[in-house]
Amino acid sequence: MSTSARLATLVIFVFAVFVAVPVLIGLTHRTDFYYTLSSVALLAIASGGVWLTFYIGRINIGQGAYALMGGYVSAILVVRYGVSFWITLPLAGAFCAAASVLIGLPILRLRGVYFAMVTLVLTEVVRLLALALPITNGAKGMVSLPPPGPISLFGLTLVPSFDTFAERNEAFYYLSVAVMCVCFAALYRLVHSRVGRLFVALQQNEELASSMGLNVPALRVLAYSISSFFGGIGGAIFAAIAQSVYPSSFTVADSVNFMLNCFLGGLGFVFGPMLGTLVLYFGWDLLFQAGQYQLLIYSGVMIALMLVLPNGLLSIRPLNFRKRVRPLIWRRS
Amino acid sequence: MAPILTVSGITKQYGGLVAVNDVSFDVAEGEILSVIGPNGAGKSTLFKLIASFVRPTRGEVRFKGERISGLAPHIVARKGVVRTFQETTIFKGLTVRDSVIVAHHLRSHAGLLGFYLGTKAAREDEAEFGRSADEILEFLGLRAVADEIASNLPQGSLRALGVAIGLAANPKILLLDEPFAGMNHDETRRAVEMTRAVRDRGVTLLLVEHDMAAVMRISDRIVVLNFGAKIAEGTATEIQSNERVIEAYLGVEDETIGV
Ligand SMILES: Nc1ncnc2c1ncn2[C@@H]1O[C@H](COP(=O)(O)OP(=O)(O)OP(=O)(O)O)[C@@H](O)[C@H]1O
Ligand SMILES: [Mg+2]
Repeated sequence: MSTSARLATLVIFVFAVFVAVPVLIGLTHRTDFYYTLSSVALLAIASGGVWLTFYIGRINIGQGAYALMGGYVSAILVVRYGVSFWITLPLAGAFCAAASVLIGLPILRLRGVYFAMVTLVLTEVVRLLALALPITNGAKGMVSLPPPGPISLFGLTLVPSFDTFAERNEAFYYLSVAVMCVCFAALYRLVHSRVGRLFVALQQNEELASSMGLNVPALRVLAYSISSFFGGIGGAIFAAIAQSVYPSSFTVADSVNFMLNCFLGGLGFVFGPMLGTLVLYFGWDLLFQAGQYQLLIYSGVMIALMLVLPNGLLSIRPLNFRKRVRPLIWRRS
Repeated sequence: MAPILTVSGITKQYGGLVAVNDVSFDVAEGEILSVIGPNGAGKSTLFKLIASFVRPTRGEVRFKGERISGLAPHIVARKGVVRTFQETTIFKGLTVRDSVIVAHHLRSHAGLLGFYLGTKAAREDEAEFGRSADEILEFLGLRAVADEIASNLPQGSLRALGVAIGLAANPKILLLDEPFAGMNHDETRRAVEMTRAVRDRGVTLLLVEHDMAAVMRISDRIVVLNFGAKIAEGTATEIQSNERVIEAYLGVEDETIGV
């Protein structure tokens, strides 16, 4: 895409998200969509993190662990220590990033299905920890989280308290999509900087990468901690919207979905996980009509999609572009 | 002059199998030293030991007097000992030029954050990497295929790309594992010239190669391995008339030695 085409896409996207959607919701009085779309945005953030782990060549089925961790860190700080939600948000991300460094150092040495399996188990481990630890309040979970308060700077209110919104989920919607935009912008920049190219080098061949002097273990952990940071942020906002977090808030099924979102959207495209999340979320809901066949149709369609479109939905383009589309590969613009 | 690289008593055991057995030799700065030997003799393992991709069971490798065995491979590369791979190991999905640019990592002045933010130092680095990559591609005759995806290259260019990636890391010693494998006569001739030119840039070269004609033509000295042990060391002429070498080769397979 040329620079102007990219800019136009960006403007349209931002307009759609911040203006068109709220206006449509206002006109149709379907305020429940604020909640739904906030969820999509938050799941997209977590999926974006998973996508980055794919980018260094690791199948990550453990993002649910970090989403849960982030949710709990924020909830515990807010409820038990009275910390402002706004401060807990970066802290939740940082906590997950730090935890992922400790976890990642040993497990990132594994590849392929071995790494995938360990990450899968990770979600379950964190869920069991949440059940067992005293500070997380066990199966009863953390409930009645207060809505985020105002942010003011020098007496100037930048963000009003979420209580003042007639429709509180509208405020959460703006928060979620704003954070999503920031996260994906950061991800886009990362992938298109030299750091992204080093990540591709890892993905393509770790031995060769280290033979040319790349500190492969450190770079792997860096990517994984950014990924987990995204998971933590997504989980923290999720807890705030739901005003609660339980051990079952994020489960293995969520971890699998984060991964599928990436597959569906396209592993070669930064914005793949965003599209994938949107399609999968609503696709699943639509299939609700199918009753008992919901899961069957869902799985069948997913398998078919992966066979027909191995590079994801974003690889559908005019024919003359298709040749150049390759999955998981950094391309110069 | 003190040798640039000293291998002393290096041994690598895989379970009961001794892949490399008590091998010692020196490498002088600026020379081309070839390691030859029948299949499975331990040549690639020796290279992995030198580049510190595997830990020796016993013995050590010193580079400019400093022990490098046991260091992480990227640290060893940073010191100037860079290895290429026996298999045509490249970044398959990147273009030729991008692969070489990525491989300039060791020459960067900016840090990762600098590259992320696009600071002045980072932009200068990027510009420099581009220039240097073009120079290396030109030097190795890869300019015509610079924008090809690496996996689409023919065998000969793939090997050259492997060398280009190695050169980008600015090595003092470059270890080439079978750089002429799968090449036809013409390609080999060009590759031999290229290898000499690399040496003339001031890079000391260690190579493993099965193409005896090429080895004899290009090497200043040759080390011969058989079943993990060094059985001979010397100039091409000395090696060609060495009884033990002839025996090792004739005993294992009917590969002929000589020009
Ligand atoms: N990681 C490993 N684990 C176990 N055995 C190994 C390993 N790597 C190499 N070997 C064994 O060590 C011996 C030497 O292998 P090496 O690859 O060094 O031989 P080579 O001289 O490079 O052979 P070729 O000419 O076929 O490339 C072989 O018997 C091989 O099977
Ligand atoms: Mg070998």
